[in-house]
Parts: sequence; C-alpha cells; structure tokens
Amino acid sequence: MAQLEGVSPDRSAGALAGEAEAGVGVAAEAGVATEVGAGAGARLAPERGVAAVETRALSKRYGSLQAVHDVSFSVAAGEIFAFLGPNGAGKSTTISMLCTLLRPSGGAASVAGFDVARQPEAVRRHIGLVFQEQTLDDHLTAEENLRFHAVLYHVPAERVAERISRVLELVALGDRRRDVVSTFSGGMARRLEIARAMLHTPAVLFLDEPTVGLDPQTRALIWDDILRMREEEGVTVFLTTHYMDEADHAGRVAIIDHGQIVALDTPDALRRSVGEDTVELTTADDAMAEQRLREAGWQVRRAEGAVVVFTADGESQVAKLIDVVKAPVRNVHVHRPTLDDVFLHYTGRQIRDETAESSLSARGRAFHARRR
Amino acid sequence: MTVLPIRTATAQIVDQPPSLGEELRTIGMVWQRELIRFERTRSRILSGFIQPFVFLFVLGYGMSTLTPTIHGFGFTKFVLPGVVAMTVSTTAIGSAISIVWDREFGFLREMLVAPVSRAALVVGKCLGGATIASTQGTIMLLLAPLVGVHLTVAVVFEVIGCELLMALTLTAFGISVASRIQSMEGFAVVMQLMLFPMLFLSGALFPLAGLPTWLGVITRLNPLTYAVDPVRHIVQAAQHLTPQAAARFPVGVSLFGTTLPMGAELGIVAALAVAFLALAVSGFRRTG
Repeated sequence: MAQLEGVSPDRSAGALAGEAEAGVGVAAEAGVATEVGAGAGARLAPERGVAAVETRALSKRYGSLQAVHDVSFSVAAGEIFAFLGPNGAGKSTTISMLCTLLRPSGGAASVAGFDVARQPEAVRRHIGLVFQEQTLDDHLTAEENLRFHAVLYHVPAERVAERISRVLELVALGDRRRDVVSTFSGGMARRLEIARAMLHTPAVLFLDEPTVGLDPQTRALIWDDILRMREEEGVTVFLTTHYMDEADHAGRVAIIDHGQIVALDTPDALRRSVGEDTVELTTADDAMAEQRLREAGWQVRRAEGAVVVFTADGESQVAKLIDVVKAPVRNVHVHRPTLDDVFLHYTGRQIRDETAESSLSARGRAFHARRR
Repeated sequence: MTVLPIRTATAQIVDQPPSLGEELRTIGMVWQRELIRFERTRSRILSGFIQPFVFLFVLGYGMSTLTPTIHGFGFTKFVLPGVVAMTVSTTAIGSAISIVWDREFGFLREMLVAPVSRAALVVGKCLGGATIASTQGTIMLLLAPLVGVHLTVAVVFEVIGCELLMALTLTAFGISVASRIQSMEGFAVVMQLMLFPMLFLSGALFPLAGLPTWLGVITRLNPLTYAVDPVRHIVQAAQHLTPQAAARFPVGVSLFGTTLPMGAELGIVAALAVAFLALAVSGFRRTG
C-alpha cells in the first residue's frame, strides 16, 4: 500500500498515516469498505488505537436525493484532511453527520474513536467546530465568548483562564481579549472562532469553508493559525473547501462530487495522476478542437474558454497539439497541473467561480447582519 | 455489500451525557450571558420603563378624576401593583426575543452543538429573562413613594418573590413561542397580539369584581390574572385601607363562588411555569 512518495517532510504523523492509508478513498467509488488503517491507527494514536475520523459507506438521503453516497475514508490522528468540491457536492452534509448534527441514513462513522450514531454526546465533547457562518455573540468580548464556550464544553474551572490565554495567543488576539466582538474585522472574528473551537482541546477540529469570503492576506493568516494548532496542540484537522490552493495545505485531499468521493490522495499524488503537464489551448472553435484532440487519442477536458490537455512533457507537445487542432489557436499555456486541473480531470467540470461568489455573499450578509 | 462495524475506543458503547454538575454550570453561564447582554444594552433598560410610566402617571392621574379617592386611597395607588406586574410581564416576554436574535446571528448554533442538554440551555435562558424582568419590576416598585404607596422591606421582598415566579412563567411562555417562530418580525407581531389583551384582561388596570359575566370568564381564563393578584394583595395589605376603601378596590380572584387563597394563585402560576418550561424545551429540541 505504500505507493505514496513525495510527501512533504514537515508532515510527520499525518504523512505516515497518509502513506499507510492512501488508496482508501479510491475504494469508495465502489462503496467497498476495505479494512484499512487498522495497523496505522494503532501505531499513530496509541492512546485511542483508532483513526481520528473513519467512515464506512456513509450515506445521507433526502427523499429521492442522495446527498452523500457510500463515502468511505479514514483520517489518521494529526493529519490535515480536506474535502474539496463545489457547493452542493455533499461536503457540508458529510461534516454535519460527522459532528452528529445530522443522522446518517446509511453506513457508519466514528470520530475520535466514538460512533457518531450511538455516542453523539461523546463525539461532541471531542470535536471543535467552526461553521461556515459566524457564530459569535458580538455583544460579548472575545474573552466572554471564550468563557461561555469553555463552560458549555466542560473545561474544568481551574483550567479555563489558562486555556483562554493560550488559544488567544495561538491566534495572536491576546491584546484584543477585552474588546467587544462587534469591533472585530471579519478575519479577526473568524480567527477567534478557530481559537474558540480549540479551547477544550478537541481531538478533531472541523472547519467548514474556513476562509470563504476573506481576502488572500487574511486567508494566509488563518492557514498559519490552523497549521500552528496542528503543530502545537496535535489536533487532527478536517476541513471542507472549494478553494484549490487551500486544499494544497492538506496532507490528503478527497475530491467529492455529487455526494461521492471521486479521488483521494495527497495533493502531489493527485497532480501526478492527472499527468505531468497541463496544456491549455484557447482556440477559435473549442468544441471542434476538443473533438479532434480526443479522436487523436489525447486526454482532453473542456474548460471555460479553453480546452485542457493532460500530457507528459507539455512543452514539446505544443506543436503537435496545434497541428491536430487545425483551428486558429489564440493562446497556449503550459503549466504543472494544479488541483484545479485535478478537479477538472476527475469530474469533467471546473469548480466554478459562481459557487465561490454565492457563498461569499452569504457570508457577507451574515457579516453585515452582525454589524447592525 | 456488508458494512463492517466502526471500531470505537471503548469495548462497549457508552455515551457521555453531561453530568448534573456540568448542567448546573451551563445554566449559570447561560444566565450570566443574558445579564451581560442586558447590561450592555442600556436603551433596552430605559425603553422598558416608558410604557409603565405612562400607565402609572398618565393613566393613573387621569383616571383618578373619574374614580373617587376613598380615605386617601385612589386609582393611582391601586394601579401601582398592576403597573409593576405589567413591567415584569413585558420585559419577561420581550427577553424571549433573544432566542430569535441568537438564531439570526448564528449564536444559537454554537449553543445547540455543545455537549449540553437543551433543557439546561432553556432553563438558563428562562432564569436570565426572569432575573432581568424582576429587576425592572422592582425598580418600578421603588417608585411607590412617589404616588404615596407605603412600602416595607418585607413587602418589597414578598413582591420580588412573586415577580420572579411570574417572570419565569412568562419568559418560558415567550421562549416556547419564540423557539417555534423563525423571524424577528413574526415574533414581535405574535407577542403584541398576545401581550396586550393578556395585560388588559389580567386585572392589572381595573378591579376584577363586578365585571360583566363574559368579561369575568375571560379574565379567569387568563393566566396573568393569577400572577397579578398576589402582587396587589401584598402591596394593598400594607396600605391599611379602611373597610370602605377596601370594598371599592377589592383584591382576590373568585372562582366558582370562592375567593382563591394567595397560595392557590401562586400554585397555579408555578404549575404554568413548569408547563411552559416543558413546552419551551420541546420547542428548543425542534430548533436546529
């Protein structure tokens, strides 16, 4: 099973877990629950002896709509695991089932070693949760919000003050602890929410679209926070995103579309699976170009305003490609595949910007409402 | 295709429901948050006094010209306990809007996903609302000397006891409604529609004796009636009314020909508090 190379060296425990368990998600397409991670889980999380998150044929059906379909995967302790997919792909439904907010209609899942259906209270004690929308009380100060959370999550009274200082320090908001949250920027509020989710030292931190609607600088800061939490508190991170560049921070990425996992591996391995290079061609007639390339045996996908060819050694193939296309070519762009290309490769579609915009405006609304 | 069981940390399936101590701590925290929020919104504190002020001074003195003052006891003194009860009920029901508010601003989710029982959250909310409402009512009560109503420390404490019970019932009632209503506007409309008739038909503003039968029946069906009367009873008992004045401004609610003792009235209110709390908890369970 150790077919995995190129894992970045900074991921220690998670990297090992990924190595042992890569290929799990690939089995998911058939809904086969392979016995995986048994050895790895025992090795990596001796205190629990089980994976941080594990699902087997997890499903959720709303009437005739199959929102999540036979999803099986395993996340090792200390790993950063990303669910990548467009809106409506089943990401939030999956996260809701893992957090015991929704009952699965089929299959099983465990979080931090507890069964989500049979031990929901135990699961809730051991997870930290950051929702897509803001859930702070903006009339309270940062410290008051944290104290409220500490009590509801049963942090022992004598540890509350120490934990509050600690998590505020981790997100660099120590100097704002006595400020009312309504004076915070969107990015600061989000970071406070991440700090809050870590207050009760959860085993697994769930982040549902943690950086949606935030500017690139703030997104970078939030990623620093997340990585620091993983590093210093040893938490397992499970996040959903539809930002490709964000999935790159993860140890492993599951690409989810129409409620099913279509690919699961490290970002590097996913990129490699697509081909060594991506050649993007903008032509006078993309449909015709796509057809001709396909007939000539190339791996082609149609993207918005371009045809994308996955091939090894892209630069030297450009002349050949233009020759095959036979239509005027306006633009050629050769690059190493991004996760964008990976998504396109596996689903035949791009993660469209409109999905990003719609959730951005939702968050904008929440932010606006919060300010009133 | 068979789904293999998920391996869990413990050999047998044992969940970890919150302990009693954890629940009590949660109730305390939710209560405290309600107080902090109330204290931060000064405008809410002030606006809570406008209506009772109008009723006490404007309606009170206005009506005094119509109703005779008998041996020094007139309508203004009569209406004071009613106005106190009015302040408590309005504030208590109004405080339930914090649920709608919390939902709108997302904070409700933070509470609902926590490993605590919904009952603890509801009880904390209700106690918070009850504390705020009783505080407002007590501030109103302390205006009594301005209209010549005599108070003793004992009277004040007895009234506070009644206020707390009344406020708890009404906050629970408000929350049981609010947890079933999604919008802020909807809640405001429903509350206006219910609160006003309830206040007018509770005996807060006029004596209940000698009403036309239909009106008498409605006032007896109004739960607020049984919460207002004990307050009036306690305050009026301290005024040493002459028999003539006591006959003109009677206290007590008669039901099927017998006047209910104060203990029975408070018992009815307490029973309603339990019923509304249960309704509020079940409403909260359906909220997600």
